Amino acid sequence: MSRVAWLRLAVILGLIGLLEALCRLGVINRFTMIPPSDMAEALIKLLQQAKMRAHIGETLRNVAIAFVLSVSGGFVAGVVIRAFPRFRLALDPLLATWYAVPFFMFYPLLIVIFGLGDLPVIMVGVAFAAVAMIIATLNGLDRIPPVLRKVARLHRLSAPRRALLIDLPCAAPYLLTGVKLGLAYSFIGVIASEFIMSGSGLGHEIAFAYNNFDNRTMYGLMLFVIVVVTAANMALHVYEQRQIRKRSRG
Amino acid sequence: MTESHAELKGVTRIYPASGSQGEVHALGPVDLALRRGEFFTVVGPSGCGKSTLLDVLAGLARPSAGMATFEGRDLNGQVPDGVGAVFQEDSSFPWLNVADNIAFGLRRAGTEAAEIARRVDYALGFMGLADFARAFPAQLSGGMRQRVCIARTLVLQPRLILLDEPFGALDAQTRLLMGDELLRLWRETKATILLITHALDEAAMLSDRVGAMSARPGRFIETLATGWTADRDSRIVSDTRFGEITARLWSLLRDESLRAIGRETKR
Repeated sequence: MSRVAWLRLAVILGLIGLLEALCRLGVINRFTMIPPSDMAEALIKLLQQAKMRAHIGETLRNVAIAFVLSVSGGFVAGVVIRAFPRFRLALDPLLATWYAVPFFMFYPLLIVIFGLGDLPVIMVGVAFAAVAMIIATLNGLDRIPPVLRKVARLHRLSAPRRALLIDLPCAAPYLLTGVKLGLAYSFIGVIASEFIMSGSGLGHEIAFAYNNFDNRTMYGLMLFVIVVVTAANMALHVYEQRQIRKRSRG
Repeated sequence: MTESHAELKGVTRIYPASGSQGEVHALGPVDLALRRGEFFTVVGPSGCGKSTLLDVLAGLARPSAGMATFEGRDLNGQVPDGVGAVFQEDSSFPWLNVADNIAFGLRRAGTEAAEIARRVDYALGFMGLADFARAFPAQLSGGMRQRVCIARTLVLQPRLILLDEPFGALDAQTRLLMGDELLRLWRETKATILLITHALDEAAMLSDRVGAMSARPGRFIETLATGWTADRDSRIVSDTRFGEITARLWSLLRDESLRAIGRETKR
């Protein structure tokens, strides 16, 4: 591990230790937050419950569906939008302001259209994540140097082979950024919509625990979300950095 | 060296109007007959259509009028087998290491693995890249990246090599050395080479013949035979004949370059 990585780990452990001490010493009220060690203990107990594992499984499944749909759909949409410059010009303001709109205000409408359950939850996840992938795809394709297209023609590559052998790898760092954002937004969209549009799933369980002053369950599940999201993002981040290092002057 | 290898007959290239830009008559009419195995260089003022000429010869662009042929076949905007090109811009693939960059075209062509390895090894050695086979382009200098692009073209054993200012971004000393390497490559492969350059000294040093082009729309105003032997290298810059050729080229191009600048200033 590099020195920076050790330093990063030390900062995280230091903050956890500080939080632990503040909670144990009563500086932070137990009704506000339980110590991190109790959160971990609560999480281990929660993971032993079949009912809770089912909730977690449901959320992870919905996140996975939203992620796959938003990344694949966002990529295809990006390619199509780029193929029609006037259409793209018309869409640009919408794409630019997408994340400025508080999407969850539309939840009554989504309930009317999709009802309660998995579908509206997944739809919110997709709506949140797909735009990041569309923007990343447009950025990536815009940055393919025209000279590489000439090289592709000199090698007499067909359009699909050019896309596969030149366009995709060339745009890969931008697409990877879209994938990373897509994953984060899928988690946000799915879990946040479970708070208000679902009778099950992690978001619903956290909200339910909160409403019943069940801090151990609430913080245990929050810890689970933090660990999973951080691990998934770190894995993508490490891969992304490796790709960037390969392409930048070393 | 008498057989015509590639030919342009009355080639004109006009870019259609787009947006606020009217129709642009970029090139021609141009006639050019490249002899098999010769080193021909095209010089001319900025924007005179040199790169357009290369695109037409490579089959990357269709002539608006006239005909471009390679080994007797009409190109008609199709890239023929046996033509390779290297451009001024870095066209190495940043996601592939040097060896994989060089092997790219061979893999696409379905060449056997052993043959790919043999040709790539040869190209790595020939271009002085043997120690960098596993390096990525970002870890190389500009000159080395251009060598990767030349090697990628070289392994396909093209019979006509088109070079569009491949050393344009390099410093003067590196350019001279790259010129030597290019001459070595030309002697070794016996390919026909068409080089496009702004540098008159480069043209005078490397070429069997130099075609000087007018300002846009580019036409050949004179074709000059240098009279060098095939075993020349960069040391000929101290030859009095080198100075004479460079001076002659400049006298041909000075007015054309002024015309080009004047045209650009008015715009």
